[in-house]
Amino acid sequence: MSSDEVHATSVVPMANQIAAFFVSQGNHDAAVAGTADHIKAFWAPVMRRDLLALIDAGQADGLSDIARDAILQLR
Amino acid sequence: MSLIQETDYGTPAARSDRMVRLTIDGVQVTVPEGTSVMRAAKELGTTIPKLCATDSVAAYGSCRLCLVEIEGRAGTPASCTTPVSEGMSVSTQTPKLAKLRKGVMELYISDHPLDCLTCAANGDCELQDMAGAVGLREVRFGYDGANHLVATKDESNPYFTYDPSKCIVCSRCVRACEEVQGTFALTIAGRGFGSRVSPGQSEAFMTSECVSCGACVQACPTATLTETRVIEIGQPEHSAVTTCAYCGVGCTFKAEMRGEDLVRMVPWKDGKANRGHSCVKGRFAWGYATHRERVTEPMIRASVSDPWRVVSWDEAITHAASEFKRIQARYGRDSVGGITSSRCTNEETYLVQKLVRTGFGNHNVDTCARVCHSPTGYGLKTTFGTSAGTQDFDSVEQTDVMVVIGANPTDAHPVFASRMKKRLRAGARLIVIDPRRIDLVRSAHIEADHHLALRPGTNVAVLTALAHVIVTEGLADEAYVRERCDLQAYAHWAEFVSLPQNSPEATEAVTGVPAADLRAAARLYATGGNGAIFYGLGVTEHSQGSTTVMAIANLAMVTGNVGRPGVGVNPLRGQNNVQGACDMGSFPHEFSGYRHVSDDGARDLFEQAWGVSLGSEPGLRIPNMLDEAVAGHFKGIYIQGEDILQSDPNTRHVAAGLAAMECVVVQDLFLNETANYAHVFLPGSTFLEKDGTFTNAERRIQRVRRVMRPRNGYADWEVTQRLSNALGYPMAYSHPSEIMDEIARLTPSFAGVSFQRLDELGSIQWPCNAAAPDGTPVMHIDHFVRGQGQFIITEYVPTEEKVGPRYPLLLTTGRILSQYNVGAQTRRTENSRWHEEDVLEIHPHDAEERGVRDGEWVRLKSRSGETALRAQITDRVAPGVVYTTFHHPLTQANVITTDYSDWATNCPEYKVTAVQVARGNGPADWQVEYSAQARRSRRIEAAE
Repeated sequence: MSSDEVHATSVVPMANQIAAFFVSQGNHDAAVAGTADHIKAFWAPVMRRDLLALIDAGQADGLSDIARDAILQLR
Repeated sequence: MSLIQETDYGTPAARSDRMVRLTIDGVQVTVPEGTSVMRAAKELGTTIPKLCATDSVAAYGSCRLCLVEIEGRAGTPASCTTPVSEGMSVSTQTPKLAKLRKGVMELYISDHPLDCLTCAANGDCELQDMAGAVGLREVRFGYDGANHLVATKDESNPYFTYDPSKCIVCSRCVRACEEVQGTFALTIAGRGFGSRVSPGQSEAFMTSECVSCGACVQACPTATLTETRVIEIGQPEHSAVTTCAYCGVGCTFKAEMRGEDLVRMVPWKDGKANRGHSCVKGRFAWGYATHRERVTEPMIRASVSDPWRVVSWDEAITHAASEFKRIQARYGRDSVGGITSSRCTNEETYLVQKLVRTGFGNHNVDTCARVCHSPTGYGLKTTFGTSAGTQDFDSVEQTDVMVVIGANPTDAHPVFASRMKKRLRAGARLIVIDPRRIDLVRSAHIEADHHLALRPGTNVAVLTALAHVIVTEGLADEAYVRERCDLQAYAHWAEFVSLPQNSPEATEAVTGVPAADLRAAARLYATGGNGAIFYGLGVTEHSQGSTTVMAIANLAMVTGNVGRPGVGVNPLRGQNNVQGACDMGSFPHEFSGYRHVSDDGARDLFEQAWGVSLGSEPGLRIPNMLDEAVAGHFKGIYIQGEDILQSDPNTRHVAAGLAAMECVVVQDLFLNETANYAHVFLPGSTFLEKDGTFTNAERRIQRVRRVMRPRNGYADWEVTQRLSNALGYPMAYSHPSEIMDEIARLTPSFAGVSFQRLDELGSIQWPCNAAAPDGTPVMHIDHFVRGQGQFIITEYVPTEEKVGPRYPLLLTTGRILSQYNVGAQTRRTENSRWHEEDVLEIHPHDAEERGVRDGEWVRLKSRSGETALRAQITDRVAPGVVYTTFHHPLTQANVITTDYSDWATNCPEYKVTAVQVARGNGPADWQVEYSAQARRSRRIEAAE
């Protein structure tokens, strides 16, 4: 399995799961902020970089809008 | 050092606030109302002869040895069953009493072997003591009458022997089994002279319902029930109080020694977690410490396909350090990390995370709590403000309604389960929420009011539906919520749970829990008095583990069940030091005391103390380390006391991650499964061989005391210190107490903790600081640690792991009483006699559909992998659900489990895996290959 495949199978669903929780906590902006805060607090920088790299490479298939907005906020 | 002798007061302490004054042998004494005359006398220092009385069980009054005379009363009442009364005047020794007692003893001794010199209990026999106490000099009845001297011994149990010829039928063992353990496995069979102690229906101990907790052995006043080790070795000559290294109950024991031989572990009456009780693991299963497979010399190898080479400590440490330095120089500072262990002491855990943060210079440290209770930390910190349970264990004695969710206390936390059962027998009500019919649902003299047998993975839906009933039926404690909680958050939450889609009727189709049962359970919890929730890994090990913990916290807050004895939220921690490992800064995002690495103040404190610069971003968690390893970026790891290959999910992925690393250092007692992928093996030490502390599930910090020299030469903290020094970060502790002193200096909730204070108080529950110098048994009493309690919306999000035509069954996993986690310790003891292999529990309906017969091999397959094990057909599991344990490496249940994990913490979703079961004919190919590889990997090069 290549490096990108590893991350596509881990960081994308992880980000989506986090977003799914924060969606239930409030409106879109609050969900994005909650997701971003959580990722910043608990993800190692390399994981954030990996997810951003996947987005930049157009390989973040299935990433939810909330998760995408959140990680982009952390760029 | 001498043998610790505990005082036996004969009967349990009374708990009345009203005091009674009386006179015993002319001396005045004041005791609580309800105290027995026997106990009052002992308080004065007067020992009334006794045989059937002991202070762990209620008075029985059968032996007739403890007779006394009371002024103004006729006869000679038994002092054990006679309560004190105001103005009472008691005589404990008169000619009449002396004659009566001597007569009683003559009868006992006329039917007792006179083999004192060769008896295992010689020197520790109450019958012998009483013969001396009453001045027995002859037995007028002789020894030739009918007797039991040739009765056959029951030696079926590996840990103790039952010799009926020595039995005086005092029933202490029977009463201990009932009152202390709550199993009711023993009875007195027969009548009159034919009376004898009988396990079950005259069965052998081993085949009866006996759970080998040892309570009967401890209660026995003669050599009738004696530890096999005492029979083999003899009586101990010195002892030290220490803490069990198994589950999170944290029982304290007297380790009774003869030289450096451990003769037996006897539960310590003053132990505040166990109150003098034990289970088969802590009491008996410590033989692994001297097991022949224990590795006591360091070893290294260039490649995992090479045999191990035994080397000196210097060479092993130097090699490991140079490898880590080489890797960091080549791949970067963040390419290495470490894992601390919940089995090691607080001091050792603290030191490993310190080594990672200072010696490695990153935050890539994690702990096995990642895969068990990390959602507890997140969930309770978010809602209450602190990452720990709210109560002490004594609190259960004031509980009126217990809710047990995703926990199986009788197997996984047996000593606390006995305390729960005692309270349930006294009238507390019980709600069990579990897919499986655990023993607590129905056992001797206990029956749950409600068993909500939900489908695996639907905890959040069930808990939110409970909240729906409480809010919509007006059962919320609004005064409590107004005073203690964030009202805006409460309003949002109440609106959410009240939505029709969260009603029991709406969720029934998803959860499988009948709406009427759920409504009744909600009403009971909300209105039944003190409600306490106890939960385990069936809550946390889900993709919504953290959400479930917060849903539990919501329920406790809305019913006003936080902040006093008898209530609360009680996570039952899996391993002995899960709480401590979390407290000690083992997580990659926080320092000790749960302070985030981005907190400038906290970081500055540690930078000053440690003399290094620390990063403000979190490090990698265990699953992230493995992902990064497979991706080629993470190359070296230091693992202390943890077997991630067997314990972590998706074994193949773990193996791939470890195989991708260039330096895996394993520090353990045995060549565990992870060591198959290791390059350096550093021998570990057992809890018997080192000093330190463990922190149990009730935040109780307790001492671990060294009773023998480490067989490997060093305690684990010394090994970490040597590695740190070799890495270039100097450590110079001379004793673990110095490490605790550093922890206390740097951790506000531990500010008042020291080995000296622990020796003075016996144990301390954190927070322990200037505001609470003796510790904090119950948290959140006046206000929540975070200020106001925070209600969190808990939307049910189904797991991605779904059943379908290929994988139609749901697998859930757990523990069994006799084994412990990956079995590294218990498999190397006689406990394996109770559980030689993992089996698959399957419902008769599902078995029939597949042609599976009881005891036959079956193939268990998921999207992750396949294994084989034997089937056990039982309706303990519901149709559609199968269950197994994960104690045996041959089975490797985690070959089956998936990568899905909790959204907040990455805690793996062990409890829900879609599987198929089919008939099999033996181990799977993978198991055969794995066994061969493990054997190859464990080769040790012959010494030159």
